[in-house]
Amino acid sequence: MFTELPLLSLLIWAPVLGGIWVLYAGDRQELTVKYLALGVSMVTFLLSTLTYTRFDASTYDMQFVEFTPWIEAFGINYHLGVDGISVPLIILTTFTTVLVVLAGWESIEKRLSQYMAAFLIMEGLMNGVFAALDAILFYFFWEAMLIPMFLIIGIWGGPRRVYATIKFFLYTFMGSVFMLVAFLYLYSQANSFNILDLHELRIGLTAQKLIFIAFLLAFAVKVPMWPVHTWLPDAHVEAPTGGSVILAAIMLKMGGYGFLRFSLPIVPDASRAFDEFIIALSLIAIVYIGFVALVQQDMKKLIAYSSISHMGFVTLGFFIGFSIYATTGAAGGAVMGLEGGMMQMISHGFISGALFLCVGVMYDRVHSREIKDYGGVVNTMPVFAAFMMLFAMANSGLPGTSGFVGEFLVILSSYQASFWIAFMAATILVLGSAYTLWMYKRVIFGDIANENVAGLQDIDSRETLILALLVIAVLLFGLWPAPLFEIMHPTMENLFEHISQSKVI
Amino acid sequence: MMENMENVYLWIVLSPLAGSIIAGLFGKVIGRRGAHWVAIIGVGISCILSLLAYKYIVFDGGDIYNAAVYTWVVSGNVSFEIGFLIDKLSVTMMAVVSFVSWMIHIYTIGYMHDDPGYQRFFSYISLFTFSMLMLVMSNNFLQLFFGWEAVGLVSYLLIGFWFKRESAIFASLKAFLVNRVGDFGFLLGIAAVLMYFNTLDYATVFSQAPELAGTTITIFEGHAWSLMTVICICLFIGAMGKSAQVPLHVWLPDSMEGPTPISALIHAATMVTAGIFMVARMSPLYEFSETALSFILIIGAVTAFSMGLLGLVQNDIKRVIAYSTLSQLGYMTVALGASAYAAAIFHLVTHAFFKALLFLAAGSVIIVLHHEQDMRKMGGLYKYMPITWLTCLIGSLASIGFPGTSGFFSKDAIIEAVHTSTLPGAEFAYYAVLSCVLITALYSFRLFFLTFHGEERMDKETWQHLHEAPAVVTVPLSVLAIPSLIIGAWLIGPMLFQGYFGDAIYVADKHDVLAEVGQDYHGILGFTAHAFKHPPVYLAFAGVFLAWLFYIRFPQLPGRIANALKPLYQMLVHKYGCDAFNQVVFAGGTRGIGRILWQIGDVRVIDGLIVNGSALTVRWFSGVVRQVQSGYLYHYAFTMIIGLLILLAVFVHKIFQGG
Repeated sequence: MFTELPLLSLLIWAPVLGGIWVLYAGDRQELTVKYLALGVSMVTFLLSTLTYTRFDASTYDMQFVEFTPWIEAFGINYHLGVDGISVPLIILTTFTTVLVVLAGWESIEKRLSQYMAAFLIMEGLMNGVFAALDAILFYFFWEAMLIPMFLIIGIWGGPRRVYATIKFFLYTFMGSVFMLVAFLYLYSQANSFNILDLHELRIGLTAQKLIFIAFLLAFAVKVPMWPVHTWLPDAHVEAPTGGSVILAAIMLKMGGYGFLRFSLPIVPDASRAFDEFIIALSLIAIVYIGFVALVQQDMKKLIAYSSISHMGFVTLGFFIGFSIYATTGAAGGAVMGLEGGMMQMISHGFISGALFLCVGVMYDRVHSREIKDYGGVVNTMPVFAAFMMLFAMANSGLPGTSGFVGEFLVILSSYQASFWIAFMAATILVLGSAYTLWMYKRVIFGDIANENVAGLQDIDSRETLILALLVIAVLLFGLWPAPLFEIMHPTMENLFEHISQSKVI
Repeated sequence: MMENMENVYLWIVLSPLAGSIIAGLFGKVIGRRGAHWVAIIGVGISCILSLLAYKYIVFDGGDIYNAAVYTWVVSGNVSFEIGFLIDKLSVTMMAVVSFVSWMIHIYTIGYMHDDPGYQRFFSYISLFTFSMLMLVMSNNFLQLFFGWEAVGLVSYLLIGFWFKRESAIFASLKAFLVNRVGDFGFLLGIAAVLMYFNTLDYATVFSQAPELAGTTITIFEGHAWSLMTVICICLFIGAMGKSAQVPLHVWLPDSMEGPTPISALIHAATMVTAGIFMVARMSPLYEFSETALSFILIIGAVTAFSMGLLGLVQNDIKRVIAYSTLSQLGYMTVALGASAYAAAIFHLVTHAFFKALLFLAAGSVIIVLHHEQDMRKMGGLYKYMPITWLTCLIGSLASIGFPGTSGFFSKDAIIEAVHTSTLPGAEFAYYAVLSCVLITALYSFRLFFLTFHGEERMDKETWQHLHEAPAVVTVPLSVLAIPSLIIGAWLIGPMLFQGYFGDAIYVADKHDVLAEVGQDYHGILGFTAHAFKHPPVYLAFAGVFLAWLFYIRFPQLPGRIANALKPLYQMLVHKYGCDAFNQVVFAGGTRGIGRILWQIGDVRVIDGLIVNGSALTVRWFSGVVRQVQSGYLYHYAFTMIIGLLILLAVFVHKIFQGG
C-alpha cells in the first residue's frame, strides 16, 4: 500500500490543503497557526526526502509517475513524474519552506495566517512546477504560484511594494504569454501536451528558433538574465524576508529548470544556434552585474545583484556544452557544465536564502537595510557575525562550501570551450568576494557605529536553528557534493546525449 | 604498514581540525585554559605524528603514500578525489608546518593572555594548521586549491582579528582580494590542466607531462603558445598572490596588522611559502617551460631586490621583518626559476625557523614595551631582555647568511645556483640577489641595533617596567633558535646534493644547476671555506658594518643621507607608489565602473527607456497601478489567472477545431 503512495500529488496538495487549513484557523489563534504551518511544512519536507531515498539513481527515466486524464478533449492530463533534475529542486523547495515558516515566526505582525498560508500554498504549487510532465499542467502551476508571491510582496512588502509588484508582474507576464503560445504551437504539431512526447517531436529549424525565443523570454526573466533582470532588485527590496528567500532560493531556479526541461530538449538545434548568445548574456551577467553589486548601498539590493551574477553560472553551464562537444567531440565536459549549473542552482538556493535571512535578522532589529546604518555589529552580535561570515565566504565561492562546487565545475568546463569564456567567468573570484566581503566589513566589522547597533541583541535560539540548518546544508554540499551528483548524473548524461542530436525534420 | 600510515596521516590533519572546532564552538564552555589545551594538544599530536612520518619516509625509507581518502564528486567523466600524497617533499613541509605551528601555539598563551578573543584565536590558528596541512599533503589540484583558499580564509580572519581597528579590517580585506587576483590565474591554470590531462591527480598529470610538452594552444588569434608555459604561468600567478611576489605583494606588509604570532606563523613561516611549495611540487610541469622559468626568475629577482630596499626605511619593527620576508620569498622564487627547487625548499625550511624566530623576538619586545612597535622608541634592550636579545641575534645572523648559520647555507646555495643557471634572465637575477645580500644585512642589523643597542629611547613609565618576557615566550624562542642555527649545516648535504627529494622533484638534466654546484661540494666545511672566495659573505659583513656605522657610531648619518637622496628616500617611503596606484586605479576604478553600469545601464537605459519608458507600457502600467492602489490586489491576481485560463481554452479550442 505504501509503495503506491501518490508521493508527488501529496507533495503538491498536502501543503496547499494545509495552507487552506491554516487560513481557516484565522489570526486569533496565533500559536495554532504557527505550529500548524510548521507541522505542515515539516511533514512535506519529510515526505519529499522519500523522493531521494526511494529514487533509483541508475536510470534517467521519470519516477513516481502519476497519470490521470484531466481535460480529455484537449489531451490535457494530470501527469506527474520526477527525474534527477526535479528531485533536488523539490527537496530544496520543501527545505526552504520550513525555514521560511520559522523565519516568519515573530517578524510578521499582521495577517499571520494569510502569510503562512500563502507560503504553504506556494510550496505546493512550486513542487507542481518541478513535477509536472504535462505542459498545460506545468503552465498552470507556473502561473498560479505567482499569485501567492504577488500577495506576499503586495501585502507584507515595503513602501514601494506596488511598483515592485507591478514591475515583477509585467516582466513575468510578458515572458509567460510567449511560453503559452509556444506550447500551443507544439500541441498543434505533436497533438500532445506530454512534455516527454514534445522531447521526441521533430521540428524545423525556423520553428525551433521561434519556440526557443518564446521559451527564452519566459525563462530568462525568471533566472533572471541580463538585461531582463531589473525586476529582481526591486522585488527583493520590497519583499518581506520570507518572500525574498523563496524568490531567490526557488523562484529563480524555475528559469533554470525551464531551460533543462523545455528549451534544451525540445528545441536542441535552436539551442545550439543560440548558444553563443546565451553565453554572452551569462558572461555579461557575471561581470557587469558583479560591478553593479559592488556599489549598492542597500544590503538586499546587493544580494539581489549578487544572485543575478551567480545565476549567470547556471545559464553558462547549461549552454556551454555545445561548443565543447563541437571542438572535442566528447560529452564529458558538456555534462560537467550541465551538472555544474545544476549544482549552482541548489547551492545558490542555500546561500542567497541564508544571506537574505541574515539581512532579515538585522532588519527585524534596526528596521534598515542600508549599509551605512550599520557598522561593528560583531561587537553586539558575535554569534550572528560568525554565521554571516560563513555565508559571505560561501557567496565568495570558498572551497569547502557549496558555493564553490558549481562555479568551479562551470569554470572548468567552460575552459574547454574557450579560454576567454573561462577567463570572464573566473572574474567572479575577485568581484564576488569584493562585493560580499566589502559589505561584510562595513556592516559587521569595525567599532560600534551608532546607538542602534549598540543596543542589538544577538540571535535567539529560533534564529540560530534556522541559520544552523543552512550552515549544515552549505558545508555538506561543499565537502561532499557526490550524492547530489549521483542522482542527477544519469539524467544529465541522457539529456546531453539527447540534445547533441539534431531534431530538425 | 600502508594501512597504519593512512590512519596516521588522517590523524595529522584531523587533530588540529578537532582542536579548532572544539575551541571555536565551545570556547565559552571550556574556558580560556580549556581552549588553549585543546588546541595545543591537537596540534601537538599532529606535530609528533608528522615527525614520525618524517622519520618513516626520510630515514627508514618507508613507502610513499599516494591514495584517495574519499571521492568528492564525479562529474562529467572526471572523478574528483580528496587524497594524500606523502613523499619526501610533503613530509618535510608537514614537519616544518606542524612544528612551527606548535611552537606558536605555546607562544600565543603568553602573547594573547589578556585578549578577549583568546579562544577564537586558538580556534583560528588550529584551523590554519589543518588547512596548511591539507594543502601540502594533497595528491591533486582540487585539494591543493581547497587548502590554498582555506589558508587564505584563515589569514583574512587573523589579519582582521582585532576587528575594531579600521586599519586591521582594511588590511584583511585587501589581503583576501589581492590573493583572489592570484587565485584567478591559479584556477585558470587548473582548468587548463583538467582540459588537457582530463584529471586533476598529480601522479597522472606528471606522468603525461612529457607527452604534452610539445602541445601548443592559441589564446590570442595568431599566436601559438606552449601549453606548458600557459599552465605554468597561470599557476605561478596564484603563487605570486600567496607568496607575495611583485606586483601582488602589496597585501603582506599590511598583514602585520594581525597579532604577532600570526605574522610569524602565517605571514612568514608557512602560508606565504605555499606558492614556493606549489611550484616545487609542480616541477615536472615547470621543467617543460623555460619561458615560465625565466618569468619566475625575473619576478623573484625584482621582488627580492625591491622589497629589500623598502625594509631599509621602515620604522615599525614588524614591517621591517615583513619586507625582509618579501625579499626572502623573492630568493626562494629565484631558486625555483633557476630550477633549483631543492634549494628553494631548503631556504623555505631554514627561513621558516629563523623568520618565525625573528617575529617572535619582535613580539617579545612588543609586549614588554606595551604594544609599541616603533623602533624609534626602543634601544638598549639587551640589558633587560637577554634571551630575546640572543635569540634575535641568532635570527638576524641566519637571515643575513652569516657563515655557519642555517640561512648561510640555504642562501649561498641559491646564489650559487642562479650564478650557474643559463636560463634567460639568470644573470639579472644573480646580480639582484647578490646586491640584496648587502641590503639584507643592512636592514637586519639596523633593526637589531635600533632595538637592542644604542640610546634607550622609550618613555620613562615603560622604561621602569622593562623585564624579560615570560617563559611561554622565551621557551619557543629558544626552541626555534636551535634549528635556526644548525638545521642548515645538517640538511644541506642530503637535501641539495644527495637526492633527498627523490622522485618528488623533477629537474631536467640541462637545467640541473644544483648538480653542477654539487660537484664542488665536499662537506659543510668545504662549502663554508668555498664561500669565502665569493662576494656574498663579504657583502653581508659590509652590511653589518654599515649598520653599525649608521645606527651606533654615527646615528645622525642616516637622516643626512635621507635628506641628500630625498627623491629616492621618498620613493621608498611611498613604497614605489604601489598602494596609491592600486587604491586609485583598481579600488576606485572598479567602483567607478560599477556606478556607471548601474546608474546608466540599469537605471537609465533598461528601466528608464525600456521598462518604464515605452509609452504603451506606461499607459497600461498606470491603469493597473490605479486598480491595485484601490485595494483590489486579490481580485486582480485572480482575474489574471482566470483570464489566462480562458485565453488558453479559446486557443486550444481553435486549434482543436482546426486540427
